[in-house]
Amino acid sequence: MSDQISFSCPVPLSGYDKITLAHGGGGSFSYKLLHELIFKYLNSEPLAMEHDGAVMDINGVKLAFSTDSYVIDPVFFPGGNIGELAVYGTVNDIACCGAKPLFLSLSLIIEEGLPVEQLETIIASVKKAADRAGVVVVTGDTKVVGHGKGDKIFINTSGIGVVHANANISPRRAEPGDAVLLSGTIADHGIAIMASRSGLEFQTSILSDSAPLNDMIEHVLKAIPDVHVLRDPTRGGLASTLNEIARSSNTGMYIDENLIPVKEEVKGVCEILGLDPLYIANEGKLVVIVPGNAAGKALDILLSHPLGRQAAIIGTVTSDHPGMVRMKTSIGTNRIVDMISGEQLPRIC
Amino acid sequence: MKFVDEYRDAGLVNSIASEIKKITTRQWNIMEICGGQTHSIVRYGLDELLPREITLIHGPGCPVCVTPLELIDRAIVIASLPGIIMTSYGDMLRVPGSSSDLLRVKASGGDVRMVYSPLDVLQIAEHNPGKQVVFFAVGFETTAPANAMIVTEARRRNLTNVSVLSAHVLVPPAIEAILSARDASVNAFLAAGHVCTVMGYTEYEPLAEKYNVPIVVTGFEPADILQGILMAVKELESGSHRVLNQYARAVTREGNLPAQRLIREVYQVVDRKWRGIGTIPSSGLDLNDNYAEFDAAKRFRVDTILASESEKCLAGKVLQGLIKPSSCPAFGTECSPDHPLGAPMVSSEGACAAYYRFRKSESHV
Repeated sequence: MSDQISFSCPVPLSGYDKITLAHGGGGSFSYKLLHELIFKYLNSEPLAMEHDGAVMDINGVKLAFSTDSYVIDPVFFPGGNIGELAVYGTVNDIACCGAKPLFLSLSLIIEEGLPVEQLETIIASVKKAADRAGVVVVTGDTKVVGHGKGDKIFINTSGIGVVHANANISPRRAEPGDAVLLSGTIADHGIAIMASRSGLEFQTSILSDSAPLNDMIEHVLKAIPDVHVLRDPTRGGLASTLNEIARSSNTGMYIDENLIPVKEEVKGVCEILGLDPLYIANEGKLVVIVPGNAAGKALDILLSHPLGRQAAIIGTVTSDHPGMVRMKTSIGTNRIVDMISGEQLPRIC
Repeated sequence: MKFVDEYRDAGLVNSIASEIKKITTRQWNIMEICGGQTHSIVRYGLDELLPREITLIHGPGCPVCVTPLELIDRAIVIASLPGIIMTSYGDMLRVPGSSSDLLRVKASGGDVRMVYSPLDVLQIAEHNPGKQVVFFAVGFETTAPANAMIVTEARRRNLTNVSVLSAHVLVPPAIEAILSARDASVNAFLAAGHVCTVMGYTEYEPLAEKYNVPIVVTGFEPADILQGILMAVKELESGSHRVLNQYARAVTREGNLPAQRLIREVYQVVDRKWRGIGTIPSSGLDLNDNYAEFDAAKRFRVDTILASESEKCLAGKVLQGLIKPSSCPAFGTECSPDHPLGAPMVSSEGACAAYYRFRKSESHV
């Protein structure tokens, strides 16, 4: 047997020469695409901040500006549809700049053949969501592409808002000694989508957590002007968001697995599929990083808001292991929570 | 979560760990066979809880990792043919072949789909009568019966556009290969609980007897693994070498007899090359003559593929438990989950990926 042993492995496959789905997964491939390709050409100051949106000073008024595209499959999912997602996603990105979102643009790319009735349901959702979030759709565009050239409907929204007085929110502002708070259970959105996606249909009562965070953020900012970081952990999940903040601020994050709220049913689906909820998308959750002495106050504010009933202090910012996230596991040992490579794939056995 | 949290209880885990410390008097090398166990060990840092005398060696039980390069290349060639829908389970799509992987075939316009269940393959075939649907079947004895249903069901439903490229491997021949190697240093094994759920553990008894090694059928949760180690250490310390069953809540000595019948009905045992290790006699499953019409390797004639692996990475040594992933010079530098040089860096069950994800700071920051 040992005679046959060859200590070998395949030749390295250097960088991909074509875009793969992994480049859109929100993990390390996305990170590299941004840093090695896009930022090579586009390097404005606001872009370099790597925030959820840009903050710009125009004649003494600080504006936040953000854009996002929505390509979700399925378009209708448990707990919502692409219309409200497109509103809340951009609203939340603006709010996470410490701003009050005001105006949105709405751009539709519709695939030939989409039933008009479905489009109407989606647009009605856009309206309802905009009303709930207190924003107005003020401009838009509609394009139709041939059958097979799109996936039912893609939506882009951009939005602007005015930064709250005294707010200075940036992923670079996380400092050792800060507390890391989370507004509620993770992975609800991603699991709701997965459970309804073709090829993986199973019955659950898990709904997407899609919701506007601007009201909750406003409450936090009013009570604690010195909030350092606000982030909604969407694609790539809580783990990717914390890694991004750790890298931007060159600090370490230390979180406690036992303190991170996850619904029992979500845990169950994750166990069956071999997925880690830390890497699964959310659409209505908020990470708040505040100075350590403001942690209790921030928690009280989150808990008193309807969207923050299950909020928790989940960890601290540290000067140890800068750029990395470490976690105390449920059994008391320690491990790294790395940025994911590509997309999480269900295990084989 | 019920039936899971109980096995992740910090109090229970720590009490088993102190029991292990109490009874350990000598150096012991214990190999966990299954990649799922390796994943748990590294994810929960279970080795940190063990006394210094105990070394855990990570075994070759990651089906994605040991699938030979030639078979991956063959799958890539077939997937690139016109009119093909190539299907497989998640990680298999990312494993590098000689010069590509299945996801790149997809990015270049090939129809490559990830499936969650063998029955998905049949559904795809029924919905695409004009296409040939190929399933790249990987896995140990655990997945073999469910994958066998693809061909039994295809025959029952008269589906002629389904075929299977089998890369199935078997655990006991791998244990024997490890024990008979010149530099064998494993004193005890934790056998893979899920494999034994199907196969039972009678086939491990002659191995334990022949090589004087205790083998403990072990589950996957932290308390399972530590209890498996405790049972193995008790055997070792008392000079005994029985086959024991820690995972009794899922495994019986005889295993799942209908599943075993299905394996016998559909497959034949063949010699199989294990990536990074070499050919292990009688260690693989291919479709047998009765189901040859569904064999993708026969249906799609591909020129003989001679794939040679570079000597860059030491996955072979890792898969045999001869070195820890972090001892490989390429680990975390040239080789990472973004740019894997070897399959163990791809699969979540691969030892290299587990080390990289959960503890890279300890070797490379």
